[in-house]
Amino acid sequence: MKKSLFLASLLSLFLIGCSSTPIVDVSKPAGPSASNDSSSSDETDLDLASLRDPNNILSKRSIYFDYDKDTVKAEYKDLLAAHAKYVASHPKAKMTLTGNTDDRGSREYNVSLGQKRSVSVKKSMNVLGAQDTQIETVSFGEERADTNCKDDTCYGKDRRVDISYEKE
Amino acid sequence: MKKYNLHMLKTFKTFASLCLLFLISLHAFAIETIEISGGGTKQINIAVMPYKEIIVDKAGSRMHQIIAADLYRSGFFRSLEVNGLVNKPSSLSDINYAEMTAIQAQVMTLGQVEISNNRLKVNWFLVDINKKTILTTMEYSGPVAQYRAIAHKISDTIYEKLTGIPGVFSTKISYITKNKGRYSLNVADADGFNVQSVVGSPQPIISARWSPDGTKIAYVSFEKKKPIIYIQSLVTGQRTVLANFKGNNSSPSWSPDGKRLAIVLTYNANSQIYLIDADGSNLKPLIQSTHIDTEPVWSPDGRLIYFTSDRGGRPQIYKVASTGGEPQRVSFEGNQNLNPNVSPDAKMLSYVTQDEGRFRVVLHDLQTGQITKITDGPFDEAPKFSPNGHVILYAHKINGSGELSTVSIDGVVRQSFNINADDIREPAWAPFVK
Repeated sequence: MKKSLFLASLLSLFLIGCSSTPIVDVSKPAGPSASNDSSSSDETDLDLASLRDPNNILSKRSIYFDYDKDTVKAEYKDLLAAHAKYVASHPKAKMTLTGNTDDRGSREYNVSLGQKRSVSVKKSMNVLGAQDTQIETVSFGEERADTNCKDDTCYGKDRRVDISYEKE
Repeated sequence: MKKYNLHMLKTFKTFASLCLLFLISLHAFAIETIEISGGGTKQINIAVMPYKEIIVDKAGSRMHQIIAADLYRSGFFRSLEVNGLVNKPSSLSDINYAEMTAIQAQVMTLGQVEISNNRLKVNWFLVDINKKTILTTMEYSGPVAQYRAIAHKISDTIYEKLTGIPGVFSTKISYITKNKGRYSLNVADADGFNVQSVVGSPQPIISARWSPDGTKIAYVSFEKKKPIIYIQSLVTGQRTVLANFKGNNSSPSWSPDGKRLAIVLTYNANSQIYLIDADGSNLKPLIQSTHIDTEPVWSPDGRLIYFTSDRGGRPQIYKVASTGGEPQRVSFEGNQNLNPNVSPDAKMLSYVTQDEGRFRVVLHDLQTGQITKITDGPFDEAPKFSPNGHVILYAHKINGSGELSTVSIDGVVRQSFNINADDIREPAWAPFVK
């Protein structure tokens, strides 16, 4: 009995160790990281200047939703049309649609709810000519939400899909 | 923290089987029924006397305080105030039964702790006050570093002796902290002590789940700006990607045999449940729909998978055979129900219900259909049964920051954890190490 307890104790030592340093630290890459430099051909092929131009509608990147809804509101028609047209006319462009939610409800369900919104935006883009092969829909759920919201104006800022482009 | 090698893994397995022997020997004791006199209480009045420490531990911790806190948290015990007693016995001959009866103690534990040469020896007793008999007496010893572990073993033994249920005080939990924009997946003792960070990241980590043998944790990390599922060994520290497909990869749930996981993938559509082998091979859809299907959890016999779906409009709990087929709705009360968790005996579900703007943890008796709200909200989530099924660990938000608490399944005893972090979330309870 005593020996077993001692061994059980050792077992917990094995599982726990004695340091507060994480076993895995993802901010320290294990190997050489891939270069993210955008070459000059990307600048031309992808017309990155248009994406960056603050006076171009393509610089607008967020689509907001009503509570518990994934319907894209009519006010975003021009914004979606501009991005769909950009994707359709730049075959090498890769777009990511990232869904977000407010922080109420379970984290995994909110990942799914954010995804539902990014899929909804993607479908609108499809109708406007953007191909699925150039789009990835993902979700951060409530992970980027403002956790101090007290009213719906605040929550409303979390219910959105953000558009981003590879190499921009 | 050094990475452990394969030799250690082998040793680990040997130790694990010895632990099993230890548990079996505990079962050899007959369960004593304590007769509860007076009042409608189900709790046992226990006097946890200060264990006399021959040489006091440098950290200043006291064995009896750890034991009393453990027993209180379980919901089965009322830990009596003993500081005011004139006589504080540490050996059987010193017990004044009249005094113990006067404070309405039904049982008491007392003992002596001896520390020498960095070794710890505890002689302890569990005594029935009414019958004036010894229920249990044992001597535990180990390195001083195992001070708390030994206290938890004593708690486990007392708990099992008096309730007939294996204690969970020596088990582990995990949770995720957010501190100054950095996320960390941590493993700790069931009372929140002995914290070890397992993964650190500048991006969110969610949905950590222990493998059934307690040697690995599957979790979702957003470090690549999208959810990807990893499996990490707690023995070697090594981690592998389980699923990194187009779209989201999330909500892992281990099958009871540890060979497969249910996961949620999206590609370019809504969340759908898939099954995948633990080595990342053999991916196949479990069910296919155009709605959200997520948060899969296996029944302990591996035959059913409970999950959350919005196929009926609002999110509700459903079940489906783990071989696929037609899902059946399980939850009907409340505006929405999500975050399911199955009790180890498969008789109960715990999940989060949203009603009148509050998110609360409920217990759903699958045999009677009775649903009991066991927390008050307003933002409670991620309920997880303890490995013995008698306590639920959950997260709740207070003024935008998360904390962890436990609640006994009758909803009577709630206790929050004192964890030093800005924001704590996503708890999980490790299985009994078999």
